[in-house]
Amino acid sequence: MITTRDLTKRFGNVEAVREVSLDVREGDRYGLLGPNGSGKSTLVRMLLGLVYATSGEISVLGHRIPRQASRALPEIGALIEEPAAYPHLSGRANLRLLDAAGPHGARRTRRRRVDDALEQVGLAGIDRRPVRAYSLGMRQRLGLAAALVRRPRLLILDEPTNGLDPRGIRDIRDLLVGLNDEGVTVFLSSHLLPEVSALCTRIGVLDSGMLVLQDQLASLQQPTGRVLISTDDPERAVATLDGLVEHRDGADLVVRSPDPAELNARLVGAGVPVRSLVVQRRSLEEIVLDVTGTGSDQFGVPASEPGGTVKAEPPPSAGGAPARPADAALPASADAGPPASEDREIS
Amino acid sequence: MIAVELFKLVRRVRTWFSIALMCALPLVVAIFIAVTHLAPPPGQGSAFLSAVLDDGQLYPAAALALVLPVFLPVAVAVVAGDSIAGEASTGTLRYLLARPVGRTRLLVAKLISVTTFTLLAVIAVTVTSYATGVLILGPSRAAAVGGGGISGSIAPGDNGLPTAGLQAGAGITSLSGAPLTTLELVERVLGAMAFITVSMLGVAAIAIFLSTLTDSALGAALGALATLVASEVLVTLNAASVVQPYLPTRYWLAWIDFFRQPIFWRDIQRGFGIQAVYVVVFLAAAWANFATRDVTS
Repeated sequence: MITTRDLTKRFGNVEAVREVSLDVREGDRYGLLGPNGSGKSTLVRMLLGLVYATSGEISVLGHRIPRQASRALPEIGALIEEPAAYPHLSGRANLRLLDAAGPHGARRTRRRRVDDALEQVGLAGIDRRPVRAYSLGMRQRLGLAAALVRRPRLLILDEPTNGLDPRGIRDIRDLLVGLNDEGVTVFLSSHLLPEVSALCTRIGVLDSGMLVLQDQLASLQQPTGRVLISTDDPERAVATLDGLVEHRDGADLVVRSPDPAELNARLVGAGVPVRSLVVQRRSLEEIVLDVTGTGSDQFGVPASEPGGTVKAEPPPSAGGAPARPADAALPASADAGPPASEDREIS
Repeated sequence: MIAVELFKLVRRVRTWFSIALMCALPLVVAIFIAVTHLAPPPGQGSAFLSAVLDDGQLYPAAALALVLPVFLPVAVAVVAGDSIAGEASTGTLRYLLARPVGRTRLLVAKLISVTTFTLLAVIAVTVTSYATGVLILGPSRAAAVGGGGISGSIAPGDNGLPTAGLQAGAGITSLSGAPLTTLELVERVLGAMAFITVSMLGVAAIAIFLSTLTDSALGAALGALATLVASEVLVTLNAASVVQPYLPTRYWLAWIDFFRQPIFWRDIQRGFGIQAVYVVVFLAAAWANFATRDVTS
């Protein structure tokens, strides 16, 4: 759906994007991650033909960008950084206007398509208020509706849940997963790891304009071979699992074992009350922070030193502190990876 | 895309507010003249104003002469300066281009929209000032005419024709003194309206070009106005006579030639020509810049 080869963009002396070769396959929910200023927006704009590459190639939906952009773009719904609308017109008028401005927007179906898109994003009951009276969340939803009006095959969304409240974020996530099930490929860029972790099947990570990582999220989150156990009787647990316990912090143990079921059976057999037993996986946060440096909005740390001040600790030592915002903040999504249900509490 | 641009134009409050302002100025002037009966003496003040006390039907011409030097170019520069820069600063430009709307198409649609705005303004001024002229200043009072001449000071002085001190005769009178039938007057007013609209296209093209250079609509509008002010200064400067034939405002007043008998075409044709050159040059520059530019707004 999207392939780039050695894509480079220089603004003056600044290399915003450096030799990026990414590929987004049909049916993917692809999350492009990276610190602020890592080149995400520039990359998105290049995919849409708004910014011209200095060198390299882009192909979107089989069309070369920017030369054949007029063929690819009608099948793409896009949210480019913030949503934008004519403030003196209503949301509906804005969607109709944008639809009428370009190709593939049949006038006959316009009213229905606009209404459908508004309903999809939860703005079905919107009145004739001008957009200038909209809240941030409403604008964001309107921007998403604008991307959906022509029922695109590919969605390219830059920070799609920006400005939404938790319920709004979940609504949009459900919407995107639903569209994806119907065959729409979703490409989104974000710096919100929980959002990407809950939604995406594949991720790419940009750092200082370079694509430093691109893989299936599930394979990045393979079990680490450790199990996190919480018990009311840590002494007896340590004794039972003699030699396997790597680290103990009060009632929480980090145990080296590839087989959580066997571990559980041993503990239960020894009469140890197990409160929770979780297969340890690397969180998306650890994965991303491992491969990225500081963002462009941070100064005082040499940019060339990957990791900088926020570099994640390696998994063994991190095991002692199981609080991981990236995972903890979110309910398990069935789509986060095939064995997703297994890595949750099974006490 | 053109329909979309026109829709945006007519749904903007600014469009109607600026047109209302342009119509209000001649109205205020007419009220003062009607109350005081003090029209500027022939040869002074704005064109045609000295004649309107004698014949209210001439007031559209006087009104156009009133709005032409400042109001109209300012309004056109504001609308045209906003064309690309305004879309860029509200962020809608990137969505239009990703819709996709071709960049060339967008520029052409913007020029058409600005032209439509100018035409609307000129028509509105003409129609309202005709009503003003007839209602406030009264219809033709041929009997009262003594020496209602038309200002010659603002007419191009190098055309070799007598331009000042012309006598107003019975009925509606041309600048050259010969009477005009109503049909002729209508034709000439239409001609003048068309010429004035075209005269604004040069400003519009300059403002659109500047609008592709910046995300500041105000900057683009002021830049275009600065060009016009410079041009106006040079037009009156003898030392600059070398460049005068190429200045965008050089033939702005040639529309007055429509009210001569017979119509004096030379400056009118040159006016059309110079505006065409400005439109072609600046639209080409706008296109060259816009089509190759990174849209980062």
